[in-house]
Amino acid sequence: MMPLLITKGLSRNFGGLRAVDNVDFTLMPGEIRAVIGPNGAGKTTFVSLVSGRIQPSSGMIVFDGADITSQPAYVRVRLGIAYTFQLTSVYANLSVYANVALPAQLTLRHGPSKSAIQAAVMAALERTGLADQAAMPAGQLSYGHQRLLEVAMGLALKPRLLILDEPTQGLADGEIDNFITLVREIAKNATVLLIEHNMPVVMHLADRITVFNAGKILAEGAPEAIRENAAVQEAYLGTAP
Amino acid sequence: MSEASPARAYASHLGVMALLFVLSFLLPEYYHGLLARIMVLAVFAMGYNILFGYVGLLSLGHAMFFGAGLYGAGLAVIQLGWSVPSAFLGGIGCGAVLALAIGLLALRTTGVAFMIVTMMFAQVFYLVILYFATWTGGDQGMVVPQPARVLTFGATALDLTNPTVRYMTALALFSLVLLITLAIVRSRYGRVLVAIRENEERTKMLGYDTFSNKLAAVVVSGAICAASGAAYALLFGYVGSSFASVQYSILPLLWVLLGGAATTLGPLIGTLFMYYVIDITSGYTSAYLLIVGIALILLVLFFPKGILGSIRQRWLGWLP
Amino acid sequence: MAFGPHLLLAALEGLVTSAVLALTALGLSLVFGVMRVVNVAHGEFFMLGAVLAWAITTAIGGHPALGFLAALVIAPLIVGAIALVAEQLVLRRLNYNPEATIVATIGMLYIIQQLALTFYGPEARPVEPPFSYRILLPWFGYSGYKLSVIAASALLLVATWLVLTRTKIGLVMRATQYDSETAQAFGIPVDRVYGGVFALGAMLAAVAAVLIVPISQAHYLMGQDPLLLSFIVVIIGGLGSLRGTVVAAVLIGLSDGIISMFFSPTLAKIIATLLVAMVLVFRPQGLFGTASR
Repeated sequence: MMPLLITKGLSRNFGGLRAVDNVDFTLMPGEIRAVIGPNGAGKTTFVSLVSGRIQPSSGMIVFDGADITSQPAYVRVRLGIAYTFQLTSVYANLSVYANVALPAQLTLRHGPSKSAIQAAVMAALERTGLADQAAMPAGQLSYGHQRLLEVAMGLALKPRLLILDEPTQGLADGEIDNFITLVREIAKNATVLLIEHNMPVVMHLADRITVFNAGKILAEGAPEAIRENAAVQEAYLGTAP
Repeated sequence: MSEASPARAYASHLGVMALLFVLSFLLPEYYHGLLARIMVLAVFAMGYNILFGYVGLLSLGHAMFFGAGLYGAGLAVIQLGWSVPSAFLGGIGCGAVLALAIGLLALRTTGVAFMIVTMMFAQVFYLVILYFATWTGGDQGMVVPQPARVLTFGATALDLTNPTVRYMTALALFSLVLLITLAIVRSRYGRVLVAIRENEERTKMLGYDTFSNKLAAVVVSGAICAASGAAYALLFGYVGSSFASVQYSILPLLWVLLGGAATTLGPLIGTLFMYYVIDITSGYTSAYLLIVGIALILLVLFFPKGILGSIRQRWLGWLP
Repeated sequence: MAFGPHLLLAALEGLVTSAVLALTALGLSLVFGVMRVVNVAHGEFFMLGAVLAWAITTAIGGHPALGFLAALVIAPLIVGAIALVAEQLVLRRLNYNPEATIVATIGMLYIIQQLALTFYGPEARPVEPPFSYRILLPWFGYSGYKLSVIAASALLLVATWLVLTRTKIGLVMRATQYDSETAQAFGIPVDRVYGGVFALGAMLAAVAAVLIVPISQAHYLMGQDPLLLSFIVVIIGGLGSLRGTVVAAVLIGLSDGIISMFFSPTLAKIIATLLVAMVLVFRPQGLFGTASR
């Protein structure tokens, strides 16, 4: 099977700091991959490079067999790479409906009617359980619901690769359980790349785990193997199990 | 949710048009002429509103687009002897091309730099008009002669200097642009523009080429402002450099702020209200710039949403 | 006159322009640098300085130097006070939002201009120079007053620079410019710093105007050109950079004097404005500034 995403020698410098350092990474279609690592390990920079929010200093990104290194972010989104933000950045002044209509109308480029958009929007809202709040301004949603709206916006893009950047941060326990169910559901027709600090969530969800430290990949493998890995434990020294 | 009430939105706009139509037969001569002028200038404000209200780009140079239409149409009639319709379209074309060029350059900047850059390009446009005084009439301007301002369709001739014809032509242009604005705002494209205003970075990450969308908005906005300028030249017969001066870049901003940015009817209300205030106060003082200045400060301090914006927030959430 | 002396004369005139421009632009640059406010009414503070200078010298009478010295002190103080009030009443309440403050300062521009027209009138009025000594060069005589304007401006620039770099006031201002929230946390009264900076910026424009008014006359529309030129200087010099501002002022002042001697002034303005707009589009950090990224 051909990998969905490959990075080769991917690097990004900020001044003298190598935030991402020569990373070779491969992601197979259908996987749920978790990316973990201590703060400042370069996780968010790495997924920002993949999504095109920032440009690499060197290296190459291949998505579905095509070199996308020099493609701007919006083209990558259209190719199927959706990115949900670490800090909630929904359109606070627009209705929940409008927030999701924006990505939904993009994926219905071929003769989208108002009813087709509406159907797509409501489908994404149903899946995330936000259908009742469709008319509400997004800024008035609770924090947890805003995070779900982020996911709904990502879903409405009908992505092949959905990147979730710390999606459970700030969620209550009950909300986290629902979230795990939702991600499993999404993974049936999309590949998921997940940055996450919450280890139980990672252990529950991930097929494979990639550990970042100091801009490099420290280890990669199945959840059990990573849990046993001595180097990983050292990198996390005192910060997590 | 605005999606729910297209009927009310269209009905209210048609109502405004009908009211303006009826007013043509009721108003005394002076106000009849004034309202025709206000409708043409409201088109200028509507063009400005597309960019400022919906995309959130504050330009301080829109006088150049109005001026492009004004001089494009005026020079075509005076120097080239074009007919009225082709001069009108020529004026719009000038505005659209200029807007495309300015957009390509100015959109590389954001925020304050965008404001200053647009102001500077408009200043260049203004100075160019003064410099080529042989053709443009310099700061004296030019009068478009009456015989050149007649529309002929076969046997019938419409004289644009006739007050009723002038009023109805102004109303037709105003109504057309109002409906175009309404259609844009309610379209998927309008939704993208608002999204860019609210959060450009996020909009990029939802798969939109924000630069191209903004550029298209600059061109549409410039073309509408140019249509207003071209109509002004042909209907009122005067082409002057003062219309390209920085003051005419500030006025549409004032009108839109006053009426309510990002409301379709706000530009008309702002223009109408400002002319009304100036008309009343002109009995007491000739210092109308003082009123413009005070209005600008009071608006940004206390009514940043403008008249219609505040009404929409309090009572009429369905207003487009 | 031969080409050489002609050029020398143009250069001297250019230096006078530069001197006044540097002071005016420095005011604009300080306000932008510390407060991130683009003050469109800056040219009107300049105009107010000149108009007040005329009013003060006329009221005092006697020897021209007496009235002039009084104007040099009083006019900037009045303008500074007006700016302070405007800052407190308007800009502060807008939370220094960049776009709202531009609209508000446009409003101030119209108000000040119209009030000047109403109370001062549309005439251009001269102010007598404090002394009328002429320096005789081999090729032409040159006004001693103009040369003293250059000297006075240089002195004021050095003084401002010393205040900014060597005193506590300057330190407080730079701290506020760098990070106003942290400055606030360290007990710096940010509100008062902003008020002071806005007043200081207006005063620099007013001093420049008092210096130039014996050469060019006081008129209610005289603020427009200095505003445009100051914008140009601040943009070329790099927004908020003091050294860049002075270098750019000299460059613009000299080239303005020399270019307008050989080209039509309108054409010179067209080219200059277009070039500056292009600088802002393609090199927003200015010609002398360094990229922030």
